[in-house]
Amino acid sequence: MTTVEKHEFPMTRTCPFSPPPAYEEIREEEPVSKVGLPDGGWAWVVTRHEDVRTVLNDRRFSADRQHPDFPQLVKGGFRRQGDERTMITMDAPEHGPARKAVLGEFTVRRMEALRPRIQEIVDGQIDALLAGPKPGDLVEALSLPVPSLVICEMLGVPYADHDFFQTHTAKLIKRATTPEERRAAFDTIRGYMEDLIAEKEANPPDDLLGRQIVKLREDGAYRRASLAATGFLLLVAGHETTANMISLSTVAFLRNPEQLAAIKADPGKTLDAVEEMLRYWTIVDAATARLCVEDIEVGGQLIRAGEGVLALGYAANRDPRAFDDPDELDIERGARHHVAFGFGPHQCLGQNLARMELQIVFDTLFRRIPTLALAADVDDLPFKDDANIYGLYRLPVTW
Amino acid sequence: MKIIADTGKCVGAGQCVLTEPALFDQSEDDGTVIVLDDQPEGELVEKAREAVHVCPSQALLLQE
Ligand code: SF4
Repeated sequence: MTTVEKHEFPMTRTCPFSPPPAYEEIREEEPVSKVGLPDGGWAWVVTRHEDVRTVLNDRRFSADRQHPDFPQLVKGGFRRQGDERTMITMDAPEHGPARKAVLGEFTVRRMEALRPRIQEIVDGQIDALLAGPKPGDLVEALSLPVPSLVICEMLGVPYADHDFFQTHTAKLIKRATTPEERRAAFDTIRGYMEDLIAEKEANPPDDLLGRQIVKLREDGAYRRASLAATGFLLLVAGHETTANMISLSTVAFLRNPEQLAAIKADPGKTLDAVEEMLRYWTIVDAATARLCVEDIEVGGQLIRAGEGVLALGYAANRDPRAFDDPDELDIERGARHHVAFGFGPHQCLGQNLARMELQIVFDTLFRRIPTLALAADVDDLPFKDDANIYGLYRLPVTW
Repeated sequence: MKIIADTGKCVGAGQCVLTEPALFDQSEDDGTVIVLDDQPEGELVEKAREAVHVCPSQALLLQE
């Protein structure tokens, strides 16, 4: 290789509210650039909104994480050859049917039907927060339990086991976790899922996993290991992401009282605010790695088959070409074309569940606790600079 | 104007339904888009444009 990589990936934020400064530099100066990866390899980073959408929606980029050339974001890689594959690692034509098998569970209408139950869960957690000590930790009281309870109920996973998942999921996304520890955490949750599904086989209950057993059997496509892989994916994806969005957005609202006042005055604005929070934080941006499988030019740069690409959602979501004053938080901007959920065939399956949870949480939290305030300096908050999903470890609040 | 949807490309994100439930629905079975009204008029024209803009798989097309 002749080019020297100017940057090492992943990069860390210097300000908790902004992407790593190098993102902007790359986006403005050399929007498709080479970066060094933790395992010594390199990949292209793609930083402009339009280019990110191209990478994520063009078949010349593969999502097959088991391919030996796939860019590895953690030392030692993450997947093993021969691991049960899930939809996120599949390409067309295999991907579509796998995704569509569960998609019916996540339609906008299905999510709407869950609204009353989610509201009940949120109210219950806020009751508990108010009854507990002051200051309280919003992460423990609200951010984590709400999405966990919801996804557990949807899947049919006993919530009593959530400490167990939480511990292992945290290991999966921490950058400092060793390959062995990550592998062990992965196998532990996968094994748990297989046992749980095995129990459901004789008499499939009316939950997502039970319905999948029935549906896949009808299609002659049922395999326990494969469903366990899907269940694992949904459980993990449903846990950490929404939780972190709840915590971070709460901080952002509390620091922007006019915008908070706007949603308090008109809850109809909360969904727009949710979109803006998703854009503003873009908590997962390195997950959208791809492997180029056929030469293609992106943003004026030729990318060759066999080269790795990181489509940086956070750089795209702060691209002034797509959003005016991108570093400002503005709930009225109309941010729906953000790529915080990715883009293209692999776009987040649970996005409308996430939207609904966030909408209900913000409407309820600020209505029921209008005096909510941070109980620590923003500078002292434990932001997750060491994880591949951004967030907060704790969020002390008072009221 | 006519809305054309490619269910092969559709990834079932439901952005179209969120934009305008009068124009779009999703199949109960596999979540892919169902166009309820493919010839929108009046205010719905703008909504159709927005849906095309936010659709994450570029599965929607407007034939002017
Ligand atoms: S927004 Fe696009 S991908 Fe999503 S359901 Fe509608 S047509 Fe399908």
